Amino acid sequence: MSVILVFLLVIAGFAGWWLSHQRLMTKPWLEQGAAGDFVPFDRSGLPTAKIGLGVFLAVVGCLFALFTSAYFMRMALSDWQPLPMPRLLWLNTGMLVLSSVALQCASVAARKRQMDTVRLGLAAAGLTAIAFLVGQLMAWRDLTADGYFLASNPANSFFYLITGMHGLHIVGGLVGLGRTTAGAWNGARPERLRLSVELCAMYWHFLLFVWLAIFALLAGWAATFIDICRQLLT
Amino acid sequence: MVDVTPADAVPPAEVAEMELYHPHSWWTKYVFSQDAKVIAIQYSGTATAIGLVALVLSWLMRLQLGFPGTFDFITPEAYYQFITMHGMIMVIYLLTALFLGGFGNYLIPLMVGARDMVFPYVNMLSYWIYLLAVLVLVSSFFAPGGPTGAGWTLYPPQAIMTGTPGGQEWGIILMLVSLILFIIGFTMGGLNYVVTVLQARTRGMTMMRLPLTVWGIFTATVMALLAFPALFVACVMMLLDRALGTSFFMPAVVEMGEQLQHNGGSPILFQHLFWFFGHPEVYIVALPAFGIVSDLISTHARKNIFGYRMMVWAIVGIGALSFVVWAHHMYVSGMHPYFGFFFATTTLIIAIPTAIKVYNWVLTLWRGDIHLTIPMLFAMAFIVTFVNGGLTGLFLGNVVVDVPLSDTMFVVAHFHMVMGVAPILVIFGAIYHWYPKVTGRMLNETLGRFHFWVTFLGAYLIFFPMHYIGLMGVPRRYAEMTDVTVMTESAHHLNSFISIMAFIVGFAQIVFLFNLIWSIRHGREAGGNPWRATTLEWQTPQTPPAHGNFGKELPIVYRWAYDYSVPGAKEDFIPQNMPGTFGPSREPA
Repeated sequence: MSVILVFLLVIAGFAGWWLSHQRLMTKPWLEQGAAGDFVPFDRSGLPTAKIGLGVFLAVVGCLFALFTSAYFMRMALSDWQPLPMPRLLWLNTGMLVLSSVALQCASVAARKRQMDTVRLGLAAAGLTAIAFLVGQLMAWRDLTADGYFLASNPANSFFYLITGMHGLHIVGGLVGLGRTTAGAWNGARPERLRLSVELCAMYWHFLLFVWLAIFALLAGWAATFIDICRQLLT
Repeated sequence: MVDVTPADAVPPAEVAEMELYHPHSWWTKYVFSQDAKVIAIQYSGTATAIGLVALVLSWLMRLQLGFPGTFDFITPEAYYQFITMHGMIMVIYLLTALFLGGFGNYLIPLMVGARDMVFPYVNMLSYWIYLLAVLVLVSSFFAPGGPTGAGWTLYPPQAIMTGTPGGQEWGIILMLVSLILFIIGFTMGGLNYVVTVLQARTRGMTMMRLPLTVWGIFTATVMALLAFPALFVACVMMLLDRALGTSFFMPAVVEMGEQLQHNGGSPILFQHLFWFFGHPEVYIVALPAFGIVSDLISTHARKNIFGYRMMVWAIVGIGALSFVVWAHHMYVSGMHPYFGFFFATTTLIIAIPTAIKVYNWVLTLWRGDIHLTIPMLFAMAFIVTFVNGGLTGLFLGNVVVDVPLSDTMFVVAHFHMVMGVAPILVIFGAIYHWYPKVTGRMLNETLGRFHFWVTFLGAYLIFFPMHYIGLMGVPRRYAEMTDVTVMTESAHHLNSFISIMAFIVGFAQIVFLFNLIWSIRHGREAGGNPWRATTLEWQTPQTPPAHGNFGKELPIVYRWAYDYSVPGAKEDFIPQNMPGTFGPSREPA
């Protein structure tokens, strides 16, 4: 459970930082204001939707941290047999990176109000994300063709479970991306569009990060890395 | 959305008509409503309805325990199904949904001075997914083989094996699917509660001026958002074990001479995941109760809350600590003694902020102008009950005491006191307190006092003897305990007594429900602020608050939520939105 505890420590760090800006040491019982004279206070200047997405991403991060924790705990048992990583995953990783880059371009373009670039970026991001999903399904098919079935070994089970869960989050993101893309073509208000594009980009970068982390986990590098750290510490 | 500068982040006092969602038909106004107040009532109604099912299940259990062998229709299998569904419904579908979905939705926007939740559409979805989760849960009663009988903790391997009711039938699958849906729905609602508190507070409402109710619900929601994923992970993995034959949790099992396809899985892994959710869940239910009870006590004792800052810090501290105590539910799972030592230590440390809260409640009452209204009665009953349940928690938090008491009725008595009866008492108090705001009418006083005394005394008469039965060594989860040496004759009599009390207390709840319905029409007119309270929900122009909560202009907050009996003030309460300086030694902010 150490992975999830480290994750929660990071969240606690954020929460602590935020709380430290909430004047926790004030004595509210002494405060009273005359009419029209109210205490100004820090509220994030970020749009509410971005904060909402940020909180949601913390929940998603928590979910994958828990899967990782479970992965490490189950891995320690004797019947674990690592499965080979299909080479295709590298191509898929490339696709997801491209998708993220395309959305970043779209987001920059939206700030400059270059609508054509926004549309291009959104379409490219959507297509590469779909290519990623198709690639993941093909990787699954290759593995099953080679006899690595879901239930035959816990390493396989975790591989399908975690990649599947990540894929579902991409599918959910595609719904949002689809709505944004439709808006870009149907002439949504530029400010609104910019926010939507930025939200999509944020979500995509996060899922790319999650993918890189779980790729490292499933390929076994994460375990090696942790072993090295452990040796350095002891 | 225009370029947002920090100045824009403070909402303008007047909100243009078009910014607020307006329902166009009866359906969008009362059924598929995006108004947090309607959603709150939908959540509360659904939670109460499913809670009644759980109440009936507890009666059936008590029939069996109190009068074993008398009722043929309660087979051991049926008994297991009753305990499982009773526990799951009460903890998740009733308490969590009612505190966060019900009170959270109703009170957060009103108390922070917002027109609605920040994402009303997502908020509506949250309720409908919750309803779907409840329906899936109910459907398991009608599925072949009936609902799961795995115990509310759903421990594998037994949860998905043939011997357990529903284990190889539909019961466990429907249970897991229902929980997964609940978590998805809750996450949608939870995002709203958190972001509304972060972003939609009205002008002047700093975090340190929030009523403690909002602090409690806010912190509990943050915890729930981080804890429910653990249950989600556990449910998904168990669903795969059950449906597709994986071995996340399932060890190699020989069942009726037949080797199952599972191999090498770890039931302990499930326990870790389950309790990583399960322990924070106790505080997810308790923190809103702590917050609400602080407001009830302060309002009905006409005195400011003692140690507001400490109360806030304690809420946050309890929330953080509750994530590092989960394995105290697993002392008997064969863990390393040093782990047991660690978790016993963290468990006992939690007692410190909790004790601070209890002292502060008592010190708020000290020399207050105590009005023994029904909300106040429930609030004081809560303090007593919570202390009682908390003290047995100190027993069970220590490994050496827990090991012999583990899986006895003592544990059942402990957690019913501390996270069953205590939060339910707060829920009742809160309903008596806020019902006038929701409906514009008071609940009937006589029926209310009857309800209080029967519930409070009855709950003690049920759960206090249960501690003794547990100390005698009577285990929990047994459908029948006849002809066993630990069950002496007196223990049998005690069990029958407990059962009779359970029926009486249950009957009082029916009276309460009748009161809720009857008073909508026939209750005394309440007016806008019957308790003369300071917080913003009592200052709305209409009662019940109209769509958009505060009329044309949002309130501005000039003070904290607890200005009661301020010397020099004309009345004994000063609403949060009243400007001006009162009292001798206070400087303007």
